[in-house]
Amino acid sequence: MLEIKNLQVRAGTKDILRGISLSVGAGEVHAIMGPNGSGKSTLARVLAGHAEYEVVGGSVSYNGKDLLEMAPEDRAREGVFMAFQYPVEIPGVNNSYFLKAAVNAKRKHQGLPELDAMEFMVLLREKANILHLDPTLLSRPVNEGFSGGEKKRNEIFQMAVLEPRLAVLDETDSGLDIDALKTVAEGVNAMRSPERAIIVVTHYQRLLNYIIPDFVHVLQDGRIVRSGGKDLALHLEEKGYSGIEAAQPQLM
Amino acid sequence: MSQVVERERPASPQLAHYTAEYQRAVGQTPAQPRWVLQAREHAIAQFERLGFPTSRLEQWRFTSVAPIADRTFNLATDGVAKLDKTLALPMSDDPALAVLVNGRFNAQLSSLAGLPTGVKVLGLEDVLASNPGLVEPYLARLTPTQTNAFTSLNTAFLRDGVVISIAPHVVLEQPIEVVFAAVAEGTASVSHPRLLIVAGESSQATILERYVGTGSAFTNAVGEIWLGANATIDHYKLQEEPAESFHIASMLLHSARSGTFSSHSLTFGGGLVRNEVVAVLDGEGIDCTLNGLYLGRGRQLIDNHTTIDHAMPHCGSHEVYKGILADHSRAVFNGKIIVRPDAQKTDAKQTNKALLLSDDANINTKPELEIFANDVKCTHGAAVGQLDEDAMFYLRSRGLGVAESRAMLIRAFAGDILNRVKIAPVREHLGNILTDHLPHVD
Repeated sequence: MLEIKNLQVRAGTKDILRGISLSVGAGEVHAIMGPNGSGKSTLARVLAGHAEYEVVGGSVSYNGKDLLEMAPEDRAREGVFMAFQYPVEIPGVNNSYFLKAAVNAKRKHQGLPELDAMEFMVLLREKANILHLDPTLLSRPVNEGFSGGEKKRNEIFQMAVLEPRLAVLDETDSGLDIDALKTVAEGVNAMRSPERAIIVVTHYQRLLNYIIPDFVHVLQDGRIVRSGGKDLALHLEEKGYSGIEAAQPQLM
Repeated sequence: MSQVVERERPASPQLAHYTAEYQRAVGQTPAQPRWVLQAREHAIAQFERLGFPTSRLEQWRFTSVAPIADRTFNLATDGVAKLDKTLALPMSDDPALAVLVNGRFNAQLSSLAGLPTGVKVLGLEDVLASNPGLVEPYLARLTPTQTNAFTSLNTAFLRDGVVISIAPHVVLEQPIEVVFAAVAEGTASVSHPRLLIVAGESSQATILERYVGTGSAFTNAVGEIWLGANATIDHYKLQEEPAESFHIASMLLHSARSGTFSSHSLTFGGGLVRNEVVAVLDGEGIDCTLNGLYLGRGRQLIDNHTTIDHAMPHCGSHEVYKGILADHSRAVFNGKIIVRPDAQKTDAKQTNKALLLSDDANINTKPELEIFANDVKCTHGAAVGQLDEDAMFYLRSRGLGVAESRAMLIRAFAGDILNRVKIAPVREHLGNILTDHLPHVD
């Protein structure tokens, strides 16, 4: 589904990704771990199409299409979704109004009829129940005044409503207490399916106790320094990122 | 009343033109009461003395009226023959509708049957001919204190307009709409429409002024609003004249105690627009809201000057102006708040925000606080910014296109003003303008 080859990315004059290669197939859950500043959030944001970054080399193919050539909205309509590390507050834009526009933009792209207000409300209620989302958040402006946990839950809620084919969760666990973490993980697990790929970007192994990945990749200094199964995350928890580097200096 | 007037500079050919037009107009006007003629004479003398303002005057520093001062505008005729009648249709269902074309009241286009007892909506010329006593205590009583040349010019050419008179304790459910249609004649023509609103004690009404037109017309409007004790007026001014037109307007409000006045100045049209609002809170317990929303496109210049004069204690004023500026448009906002020595316990709040959609758009914004009382609360704030890029990316990352994302954020920016517009068709109309008719962003 997603084929990243030797991706090199720069922000300003700073090289952040120095040749990332990663292959993600449908139905798989990949965890990308790494210390602060390793470039893992950059990878997530580049996949979503953030304009801050300059791709200086490599390629990203998504279902056979050149993802890097696509505008952010086209990526979303084609099924790419990023849960933001810092969801943006948008005063004055009603949460459900915004989501309805997003759902219908995607449906229009797919040649499906737009949902009317009634159909959309039914969909919203169903998804809100799964995530135990306070329904009053739906009628509030997007993320405005939401607690940290509410913002993250709202991201996963949007994911549930938009039903992406490729979901990238950028540090969705940061700032969540254990109960919120479990709820979010449940929401993500409910989304696992043979047609969907999920990339979980996280600093801590904690989240991976609840979202069990098929593959774990360790990112350091803009490169994947180690890849493995779910046990790699446990190993990291034990030894720390510096332990990995010391043990596997040549990996790549 | 002929008097020698000392001028600061030689009279321009244009001033002489207006003096000649004035003489001609006085000769052609149907008989008017003596007090009206005196007011007009006083006004033309004041106009001659003041001349058109230059940017050396603080109140006109950022707005050059040269495009008006340097042109020869002839006094428009009633313009009905060339009027696009669809411009004069009402916005709400079944309102009381008064239509002025080039400042002249048009009974045929108006629809004033079914007004409740105690409510009069009349042509000013008719009133001056048949019942001048109705307006004598109010008409041109607020204007002489103004040192605004355009207001003087309007009064000098005072002939017709609309009078809205609401008897004490009458509550009007349906809005009163007044359409001011400006139909350009020849290369350039000017009209001087006049609106007088007298709201009796404890009356309530909603009034919409709508400015529309065709061609390079210059509308020089003056409105006077008298709010009786405990009266409530919800006022809207929607300006949608064409981009090649000129629009200078003053609205002067006088409120007695416990009046509630809210006004929404909604400017979308006009090439050179100046809205001046002067609200005198001349009684205790008055609540005055001045809101504004404007959208500048092309090379529009939109200037809003407001003055809220807290003359008495325990009054509140709330002012929020928001501007959206695209292309090469410019805006000026000047919000003056005067708190006189007696006006203790004044609570005044002023906010001006502008959203610049283009690198070539700009705004000059200035609060002006003159506070002479010591137990008051006055706050003001201004913010000028661009569309939030993070928010744009967030919306786009969910599948919304650039245009749709932009429209959503712009509508959100204007949201708090839009939501306070109580006439539903007007609110929807504004929403549509902001959603569907936005220019491109650089």
